[in-house]
Order: sequence, then structure tokens, then C-alpha cells
Amino acid sequence: MIELKDVAIAAGGFSLAGVNLRIPQGKYGVLMGKTGCGKSTILEAIAGLKRVTAGTICLAGEDVTEAKPALRAVGFVPQDSALFPGMTVAENLTFALDIRGAGKEEQDARRQELAGLLGLEALLERYPANLSGGERQRVALGRAISFRPTTLLLDEPLSAVDENTREEMHDLLKSVQQFSSATILHVTHSRGAAERLADLRFELVDGRICS
Amino acid sequence: MKELTAPAVRRADTAFYLILTVICLLYVGLLFLLIGADVAYMVLGDDLPDRNPMLDALAKPEIRRSILLSLGSCTITAILSVWVAVPIGYLLTRVEFPGRRLVDAALDIPIVLPPLVVGLSLLILFQFPPFSTELAIPLGDGEVLRLSLARLVVYQVPAVILAQFTVSAAFAVRTMKVTFEQLNPRCEQVALTLGCTRSQAFWRVVVPQCGPGLITAFTLSWARALGEFGPILIFAGATRNKTEVLSTTVFLELSIGDLQAAVAVSLIMVIAAVVVLVIARLWGLREFYAEGRA
Repeated sequence: MIELKDVAIAAGGFSLAGVNLRIPQGKYGVLMGKTGCGKSTILEAIAGLKRVTAGTICLAGEDVTEAKPALRAVGFVPQDSALFPGMTVAENLTFALDIRGAGKEEQDARRQELAGLLGLEALLERYPANLSGGERQRVALGRAISFRPTTLLLDEPLSAVDENTREEMHDLLKSVQQFSSATILHVTHSRGAAERLADLRFELVDGRICS
Repeated sequence: MKELTAPAVRRADTAFYLILTVICLLYVGLLFLLIGADVAYMVLGDDLPDRNPMLDALAKPEIRRSILLSLGSCTITAILSVWVAVPIGYLLTRVEFPGRRLVDAALDIPIVLPPLVVGLSLLILFQFPPFSTELAIPLGDGEVLRLSLARLVVYQVPAVILAQFTVSAAFAVRTMKVTFEQLNPRCEQVALTLGCTRSQAFWRVVVPQCGPGLITAFTLSWARALGEFGPILIFAGATRNKTEVLSTTVFLELSIGDLQAAVAVSLIMVIAAVVVLVIARLWGLREFYAEGRA
């Protein structure tokens, strides 16, 4: 579950106040809004990358408002995928497990599982610089769900991919939802994506979230 | 209104590139002429054709010692500079803190200060406690050994390294700051959400992306340290077989009127700097290609 109660965020000259949002456990929420209205800022606040100045953020029933990003069990896929450039696809996929001290066998098994789910088998030894936009986003998605987070945040993950790839990724995102059982919040401009994917749709208008 | 024609546009573009090329050639030409003049002076300006001024210079024990001290002190200085530059560069790039702009500006002080002033300031600093505080160690028979940081450092080899470090570190910091600015901060943020602490994100995600920047910072500070003269002269002195480094050797040889030896040592410095720059460039490029970024 993702729940925001009267959240206020101030970053530089930009601020949001009275943000309320609720997505039940395992549901796929899509947040839309104009460019620059603060959609990504809300995702960053949920991930713990931006401090909130008021209100509470609850994830999977726990108040995480003051928790560090590492303790929120949030998988985050940014718009530019932000893959680690010095690591291969395989290393990107198991990075979170390695940080958590998982053994080699566990990492290998999870890597194979993710590569199968996301169609990355042939790309495991490649570096991010040698991947297409769609491939990068699949790796970023795999990396984000690798440690079985309870919450998955997607920040316009399909904005840089072509139309055909976007269709494939829609199917893939639905599979990921079923596979991971995480609560998902997906920020997008695309009404098509919202119609295809959303269990719940939200719109950010003038700093307020409308269902 | 003037009509645009293909030949006119072509002529304008050609003139533009021609101006850029001429300016570039003038400056690069000046650099090559400087080195070429040194070589020509050694080859043509020799009264005794059988002599090789470079070998003569290398045969002098004090110059051999000066080469070793230069290589050693520059390497230590470069390591220390990078060690300091990485945290400072990262702090200035990623962390908002009060006085950040002041710190940023202060880091340019060693770059803009006249080198002699840096040396003089170091010398003055070591006149004050705790550097000047003496520790008396009784040796028996009424003899006392007086130790202080100033005695251990000033006009000794550590002074050479400290003088080089004071200036070189500023260049390394500038390089690392630019390196960190060019890295995508999203990677660190994602690493935090994947379970990293700040320190883990820094060591496992940020530092591996800094390879070329680290090499550049090391090379720049090494080369800068090699050419350092003023602060070393004031703070460490130019004592033969003690604190003499290549830059002070040039000065000492000139002061005794041996111009050819001075030029020979200058060329040794040029060769050392070129070798380090080439190695660094090749190493940096190898890392770049290894990650498939090209």
C-alpha cells in the first residue's frame, strides 16, 4: 500500500502542499499531470530522496516519512534508467542482492529469473552503453524489483522508447505487477499507458491529486 | 537583405575554420618551439661535439638524487592530492552546507597566489605552535634532543612534499569537482533505494565511474608538483643532495652558469612530464573503452 497524507514538499523554488494519495496493496496506480507540476517530486519523496516538510508517507502499512531510502523497500525506475555504467547488465541486476549480502547461488538464481522474465538473457554481459532505450529500461526494471520491494515507483519509464517497444513494455509491466505483487505508482504523460495499465488513475492539478 | 548563396556560405565557413586553425597552430607551435629550442641548444650550442649534455647531467650524482627525489615527492604529492581532492570535490558537488561558496572560492587561493607567497606563508605558519612547539628528549650526560614539527619539516624533504602538495591539491580538487559534476546523480539516488548507505553508494557506484577523472587529477597534480619551484625554494630550500628537486636543479645550474646542464635537466623534466601524460591518457582511454562507452 502507498499512502500519502497531507504531504508538503519544498525543493528550491518549487513546493507542493496537501498531497493525498492512496493505492491499496498490489494495485497499479498511474499518476498523470502537466510537465513540471511535481509528479516526479512526489515519487522522489516516496522513495526518500526528497524530504517532506509536512504530512506522512506510509508504505506497506508502515510510516516511513523519516526513514532513509535504503529502509523503505522501494524499487525506483527513473526516467533515464540511471543504470550503473561501470557494471554489466548482470551486475546491475544483482546489485541490490550483493549489497544485502546475498550468496552467489541466490544471486545467480535471481538473475536468471529476472533475465527470463524481462527477456535479458542475451544481454547479461553487456554494459549499459551498448543497450537500446528499451533494453535499458528493462534492466532498470529488473534491478528495481530484484530485491522484492513492496513498492515500485516508475518515473516515466517509457518516455524515451519507440512506439513498438512501448507496447511490449506495457505487457511487461503488467507481468511485473503480477510477478512481484508490489504496489506500483507509475508517473506518465501517456493516456494510453494509463488506460492499459492502471487499476487506479490520479491526476496532479495545481498541486492537488485528483482521482 | 543580402541573399545567401552556397559559395558565400562556404567561404564564410572556411574563413571561420581557418581562423580557429591559425590560432590553434600559433599556440601549439609556440609549445613545440619552446621544446625544440631546448633540444637545438643542446645539440647545436655545444662547443665539444663529442659531449652529450644530457648524459653529462645524468652522470652527476646530485642530479641523479634530484631526479629520484622529484619522482618520489611528485608521486607522494599526487597520491595525497587525489586523496584530499576526492572527498572535497564530492562534498562541494553533492552536499549543500553553509559556507559552501566560501570553501569553493578558498580552494582557488593556491592557484591564484604567487608561488613565492605560498612558500613564504608555509614558512611563517611553521613559526607558530603547534608546529614550532619543541619537545625536549633527554639523551643522558646533560644532552637534550629538541624535536619539533618545524625542525622535522622546514628545509627538509617533507617540506618539498608539503610545498608541492599545497599547490597541486588545488588542481586535483578542481578536476575531481568537474568529474563529480559530470556524473549522473540519479545513479547514486537509485543506489540508495537499492539498499546502499551514502558511503556504499559513493564507493560502489560513484568512485568506479570516476576512473578517468582520478587519473587526470593524479596526472595534473603530479605534473604540477614536478614544475613547482617558488614554494620549494622558500620552504624547503635548494640544498644540494638534500632538498634539491629538478626545478631547483635548473635554478642551481643556472646560478653557477652551466646553461647546458640547466637545459639538459629541463629536457629531463619535459620527458618525465610527457611520459606521465601519455601513460595517463592511455590508461584513461583503456578504462573508457573497457566499459564499452565509445
